Amino acid sequence: MTKTAPKGKKRRRWITRRRFLTVSAAGGGALALGFVVGPVVGRYRRQSAIRATAEATGAFQPNAWLVVHPDGRIVFTLDRVEMGQGTMTSHPMLIAEELEVDPRTIEVEFAVADRRYTHPEFGLQITGGSSSVRTSWDQLRHAGAVAREMLRRAAADDWGVPVEECAATDGTVVHAPTGRSRTYGSLTRLAAEQPIPDPPLKPAEEHTLIGTALDRLDAPMKVDGSAVFGIDVTIPGLLNAAVIRPPVQGAAVVSFDAGEAEGRPGVTAVVEIPTGVAVVAERYWQARTALDDVRVEWSGGRPDLDTQAMTEQLRRLTAVPGKTVRDDGDAEAVLAAAAGDYLEAAYDLPHLAHAPMEPQNCTAHVEGDRCEIWAPTQVPGVAQAAVADALDIPRENVVVHTTFLGGGFGRRLVADFVVEAAHLSRRIAGPVKVIWSREDDMCHSMYRPQVRHLLRAVLDEDGTPVAWHHRVAAPSLLEAIVPQWLPAMAPDAVPDVMTRGLSRVAGGVFRGDWVADPTSTEGASDTPYAIENLRVELARHDPGVPIGFWRSVGHSHTAFAVESFIDELATAAGRDPFELRRELLRDAPRNRGVLEAAAEHAGWGSPLPPGRFRGIAQHFSFETYVAEVAEVSVEAGRIRVHRVVCAVDCGRVINPDIVHAQMESGIVFGLAAALKQRISYVDGHVEQSNFHDFEMLRMNEMPEVEVVIVPSTEEPTGVGEPGVPPIAPAVANALAAATGRRIRTLPIEPALSA
Amino acid sequence: MPVTFRLNGTPITLDDNDDGKTPLLWAIREMAGLTGTKFGCGRSLCGACTVHLDGRAIRSCVTPLGSVAGREVHTVESLSPDRSHPLQKAWMAENVPQCGYCQSGQLMSAAALLARNPDPTDADIDTAMTGNICRCGTYQRIRRAIHRAAAELREARS
Repeated sequence: MTKTAPKGKKRRRWITRRRFLTVSAAGGGALALGFVVGPVVGRYRRQSAIRATAEATGAFQPNAWLVVHPDGRIVFTLDRVEMGQGTMTSHPMLIAEELEVDPRTIEVEFAVADRRYTHPEFGLQITGGSSSVRTSWDQLRHAGAVAREMLRRAAADDWGVPVEECAATDGTVVHAPTGRSRTYGSLTRLAAEQPIPDPPLKPAEEHTLIGTALDRLDAPMKVDGSAVFGIDVTIPGLLNAAVIRPPVQGAAVVSFDAGEAEGRPGVTAVVEIPTGVAVVAERYWQARTALDDVRVEWSGGRPDLDTQAMTEQLRRLTAVPGKTVRDDGDAEAVLAAAAGDYLEAAYDLPHLAHAPMEPQNCTAHVEGDRCEIWAPTQVPGVAQAAVADALDIPRENVVVHTTFLGGGFGRRLVADFVVEAAHLSRRIAGPVKVIWSREDDMCHSMYRPQVRHLLRAVLDEDGTPVAWHHRVAAPSLLEAIVPQWLPAMAPDAVPDVMTRGLSRVAGGVFRGDWVADPTSTEGASDTPYAIENLRVELARHDPGVPIGFWRSVGHSHTAFAVESFIDELATAAGRDPFELRRELLRDAPRNRGVLEAAAEHAGWGSPLPPGRFRGIAQHFSFETYVAEVAEVSVEAGRIRVHRVVCAVDCGRVINPDIVHAQMESGIVFGLAAALKQRISYVDGHVEQSNFHDFEMLRMNEMPEVEVVIVPSTEEPTGVGEPGVPPIAPAVANALAAATGRRIRTLPIEPALSA
Repeated sequence: MPVTFRLNGTPITLDDNDDGKTPLLWAIREMAGLTGTKFGCGRSLCGACTVHLDGRAIRSCVTPLGSVAGREVHTVESLSPDRSHPLQKAWMAENVPQCGYCQSGQLMSAAALLARNPDPTDADIDTAMTGNICRCGTYQRIRRAIHRAAAELREARS
């Protein structure tokens, strides 16, 4: 049975039932491995130790995710990292629904880098793209169902009764006619001998867990300090390091003078590594303070990087035609015929840092041609391949353990901080943890690109847009990221030297003009508004700034442009911005559904307290539909966001409370960027350094956020990112309603006071 | 330089080879081995490192170890032995944590607030909690959890 992608959706690579079973069977012979974070928090066990234990004790391992131990313990290997988005709760729920156990009794361990956990769409082991539930939904329910069926059949065989008479419930197989029962733990050896079945999944109406607001399974260990993040990892003999990084983007070390640093207490080494000069000490603070004594001479890099110059370059790029990404009808002809009677607006968005609360860090231990890594990474597979490449050792010799992540937001989709630690460990021939300072994180990130949008539209006499012309100028994220990911995506059979060569040229396809990077125009090129003549163009900008995926990626800027401009059109036409959207979404029922739900819940059109104004925006991203209504006021030139109503349609819901939490989270994340955040370059270095000049939303600025889930029986879709895109335009639209002033340059606060 | 103080109720002496200038944060994490207290900014800007010094919430990342000599320091690990502190219970009931990295600091700021103000208003919560950043945006749940814990404490007293 092969599933086909639902009509009108992006092409997906569905895992087929046959392929799934092959994987499961292979997993049965191999083992579920990892690092246990459940009741044995913080204890690291080597894979070999777990394997030996499992084999010796007769544990039942039906697939790559599950181990049922004879003592009844059920260990689930979580192959999508927990960085706040809730996989440590949602994924055990998927397993438990079919396995018929209480998810709170499942021990969760984090998967090591392993081909069996390759993401079915991305082709490498990754947590990103708001895809964890969507892609695990079938996989894990099957994994649970297969295990349950094998346990049932084991009991039936043992009792000599028909399997149909045996029911699995709460970790036990029960034979009602005779009143006999056996726990899963007592059936492990017999279950392992059963052929692998292909059971049907429960229909939705029989779900008892899926759809319930189970409390987060990771909350207990996050309220007593026991959760182990990357920065908390400790292993015997571990040293700690701090790194002096280039003052100018891309500069290299010419020479350095360790000065007094080497004689300072605790300091064991001062060495050059590819990213700078590292001071290694017994304790981190010793290393950090010793940095002051080291003098480094740098050369090269990009001292010319300058945000003002980049803004000008972007302006020039949007002044001329770009590469065509979408071309319905003939927008250019309609614009030309309008003879100047069209609307035009340009939107500018800055570079942004992810700034997760846990600064980058990695623990590495290189011994000869082997390396063990402990890291808060979103890409264990990429980290493994990158370390193997950097150290020139076989990939299978690199073991990557993941920990809890203190936030990710896309920053940890790049393994730069992992490779750095591996280099240093080899250099000092021992285990070392590199901890980045907040300043390191802020100034040496992989930023959300600076982007400019230029839009033009022609309205007919009824005020309906008949032509829409959208030009985006942006750097290519895929050009930057694909070369880093490719080695991890290549099959084992491809020789390393080939993948290395290939990865070096892979980014080139987005250079020049042959392929338009879809992540630059997502959310613009697929706009759901029914406009007959619609053209979207992309001009590639290449300023030389390190860039990466930032929560909601291209949608983080395209939604601001599209949803601001549609509002401007409504204003120009004298139409209600909700009604105009509603009309233009006539062919997009789910977009319209969330738009109407948000408007209704927010009381769109009803009176507000004096001084308060509403703005609305809707956006589709990561297969999920979200609309948000923001209520703002402006007092003494300061904007205040009082309330945000969010309606979301993410298909079938696994855990509604986590959906709520992710919408709340995305709104706060997007609001901080919309109001306050900007990374800027002067003389080749980032001007911001910490939370005083790259500000976060704080408790006293937190709006009331209300989330409405629009019921759906469609397949589940993403929730980690889709809450982000609509908030900036919703707030800018509310601000325009409040003041008559349209803010087209983010962030809003400085633009408003300018 | 040896510095003696009480950490979570137990006397401890830590030998600081930086003349007592090592931040309390790193002394707690690396010398005492308690890793619940987190490093976020190093400049008293984010609150991830919040602990109690003689019952008051302070930022341990800018507090020299030498300055706590003879005093009482409490970390998140001391809130309760079994996650039974009303704030811990409220945090779990409201499903506050997402990534969880900032939550030790949030809890310690909230605990200091409730210790001096058993019935905080929203404005009191703003004042006490605005120094603690949560990048996941859990503020609304933190507020609810503080009100919930305060209610439980008041009920227990009456």
